[in-house]
Amino acid sequence: MDLRPTADQQALQAGTRELLTRRFGRDRLREAVEAPALDRALWRELGAAGFFALRLPEADGGVGLGLPDAVLVFEEAGRALLPGPLVAGQLLAGVVPGVATGERVAGLCDAGRGGECLWEHPGDCDELILLEGGDPGDPCTPCTPRAPRAPRAPCDPGERGDLGGADGSEAAGSEADGLVESGPASGARGRAFWNAPDWPVLEPVRSIDPLTPLARVTSYPRSAPRSLDVPRLRREAALLTAALQLGSAARTVEMAVQHARSREQFGVRIGSFQAVKHLCAEMLIRVEIARSAVYAASLTERSLPVVGAKVLADEAAVRNARDCLQVHGGTGFTWEADVHLHLKRAWCRVEQWQSGGKAEEALAEALLADDVGV
Amino acid sequence: MDLTYAPEEEEFRARLREWLAKTLPDLPARPDPLDWPGRRAYDLGWQRRLYDAGYGAVHWDASPTRRLIFLEETERAGAPYVGANFVGLLHAGPTIAAEGTDEQRARWLPPVVRGDEVWCQGFSEPEAGSDLAALRTRAVRDGDDYVVTGQKVWTSHAEIADWCELLVRTDPEAHRHRGISWLAMPMDAPGITVRPLRTLVGPAEFAEVFLDEVRVPVANRVGAEHDGWRVTMVTLSFERGTAFVGEVVACRRTLGGLARAARANGRWDDPVLRRRLGRLNAEFTALWRLIQRNVGAARDAGGVPDAGGSVFKLRYSQVRQELYDAAAEVLGPCGALDADQQWTADRLSSLSYTIAAGTSQIQRDIIAERILGLPKGR
Ligand SMILES: Cc1cc2nc3c(=O)[nH]c(=O)nc-3n(C[C@H](O)[C@H](O)[C@H](O)COP(=O)(O)OP(=O)(O)OC[C@H]3O[C@@H](n4cnc5c(N)ncnc54)[C@H](O)[C@@H]3O)c2cc1C
Repeated sequence: MDLRPTADQQALQAGTRELLTRRFGRDRLREAVEAPALDRALWRELGAAGFFALRLPEADGGVGLGLPDAVLVFEEAGRALLPGPLVAGQLLAGVVPGVATGERVAGLCDAGRGGECLWEHPGDCDELILLEGGDPGDPCTPCTPRAPRAPRAPCDPGERGDLGGADGSEAAGSEADGLVESGPASGARGRAFWNAPDWPVLEPVRSIDPLTPLARVTSYPRSAPRSLDVPRLRREAALLTAALQLGSAARTVEMAVQHARSREQFGVRIGSFQAVKHLCAEMLIRVEIARSAVYAASLTERSLPVVGAKVLADEAAVRNARDCLQVHGGTGFTWEADVHLHLKRAWCRVEQWQSGGKAEEALAEALLADDVGV
Repeated sequence: MDLTYAPEEEEFRARLREWLAKTLPDLPARPDPLDWPGRRAYDLGWQRRLYDAGYGAVHWDASPTRRLIFLEETERAGAPYVGANFVGLLHAGPTIAAEGTDEQRARWLPPVVRGDEVWCQGFSEPEAGSDLAALRTRAVRDGDDYVVTGQKVWTSHAEIADWCELLVRTDPEAHRHRGISWLAMPMDAPGITVRPLRTLVGPAEFAEVFLDEVRVPVANRVGAEHDGWRVTMVTLSFERGTAFVGEVVACRRTLGGLARAARANGRWDDPVLRRRLGRLNAEFTALWRLIQRNVGAARDAGGVPDAGGSVFKLRYSQVRQELYDAAAEVLGPCGALDADQQWTADRLSSLSYTIAAGTSQIQRDIIAERILGLPKGR
């Protein structure tokens, strides 16, 4: 048992950071802010580096790594504010041809939330997959009469959200959910629809985040459902989004600390003022708490720890960006500083895959079922 | 990254679990909080059982991972809290194990492990709280003894302790961090006066300790003379890094109990309360994962936790207070104001967590200066 990244994993993370620094440094970041269309050459380069094929078997041209490795890579992407439908690329690499290599770009949308379906980078996607139902933030959906045909309740005893391994076997791997073959059973298992990008009816949204073009999907034709494991896709999407948030949160601490160590007022560096110092300390706490939750969730691959990790990583990303802005003073409020890019992206990600209230409800519900307190 | 335990660790867990299931139902009733001799006997008796079963020295003999399994399983099963053995088992003992000589380890560790002797911590003084290095209690060398004069305060369990891990100033001329020594003082030595202090919970949990020319053998010094500050840092890193680890599991149990109580009394219908409890679930689970991460780092550092302990201590103390604030809401106005309710008493004692073992402000300073490298200064 050791929750820290192994030497190989550290090397993977360092390599990713090096690649992103080289190919997506500050200049490129600021260019992307002015022209947010996806850089296809960079996308292909990421594909060539194995960014999308990370978890595909080596026999299929992948890198053969696992979710913990993907989480570390995504932490770096979040740190660098790398734009693009990254989560979709990682999750659909083995599903949509051309995505693994970065030749084609796929989008993944959380549909079925009543007109609130947001699509990031709509103009850049060659394919779109929409997910309905199968929400891990709603583990008891199948327990309601609305979904009588659910094959197996995802809120089974394995979902207790045990603390530190109630049965010592929690790292036994994924839950091996059954696939959704076809048919109309929505709800617990969810369903996935595959659409060409021009099929849905879109409403433009002027995105708050200059790096994340958005459109609202107002309606879409339901193609024959694709054979995809929707609960698993949702779980992994939430976890990878949490990893992006974690990277951003860690980066804003660094930015705040850098500034606090150089900026002088009253004849001393502002980092010597406790009011500033303590803001920075709380930022680090949020990062370490979120990191602990995200890393562990990548190993257990259970939905409840993922939900918890997303809640904590969302909080870390948003609140750290705000505190970072505060530490920067007036500079922090400028378009030229990168702080607002972190905050706006963090706000976008908060809305993706798990919403705060619903996630907290799921975490509360699990308390009733668990046996830790018995 | 790996959350799986080695087969022999799983075996250790399974045996411990089995033993706990067999042993816990036969324990005597817990003593009244005001009955100090009863509490001492109870806490030592529990340690004796652990010792007889082979778990007595797990806090410093076993690997950090086994210690973690031990804490997790005992708390999960609802075993008695370390209580009076807190200092001996969780920070004085580990300090002696890490810094003491062979003779010192042989003298002081077995009685702690067997449940024969209780330790207390004489660090804080009236003028040296957060600023611990300002301590003034003097120790003057006289032959083979130090003659110690001064005053300690907030000394938990002083009334029932056999030994005190005592910080004294051995060189008043040196820079304040350099003239300190770490001594083991027998609490029955002439010249010690213990005056109990009531806490806001009610009972007297800590005390003032007056030292008037108390003779402590030089052989009782752990670490080099004047090098006590470094030894102190070892003690504090155990206190912050590992001493509260088991309590996280206990808090998680309490949280489950709160949810079920809320469901039973109808407060569960309040979505604001439910969300609060849900968020606490995420927080305590993450704290447990943070502990697991810190264990790896401690293993590499030869068992002594690093400044990551401050990260844990700071967040844990905050979340523990949030837990018992939520408990008050679950209990409702009558329960929340009823001092006989266990959760209400626990809410009161949770108030000390952001003060004891270094206040939250001090932990933030440590994190900012030692981990983030921000400049010193207030
Ligand atoms: C229940 C309990 C049990 C305890 N048990 C023991 C024990 O067994 N043995 C022992 O030795 N001690 C014990 N203590 C003492 C504890 O370690 C001290 O209370 C603590 O270190 C704070 O010191 P102080 O009380 O003198 O407060 P002070 O240091 O006077 O602090 C008062 C306030 O000022 C703030 N402050 C002080 N300095 C700074 C600074 N530099 N920057 C910002 N804010 C600052 C503090 O954060 C606090 O809010 C115990 C305390 C409690 C509450």
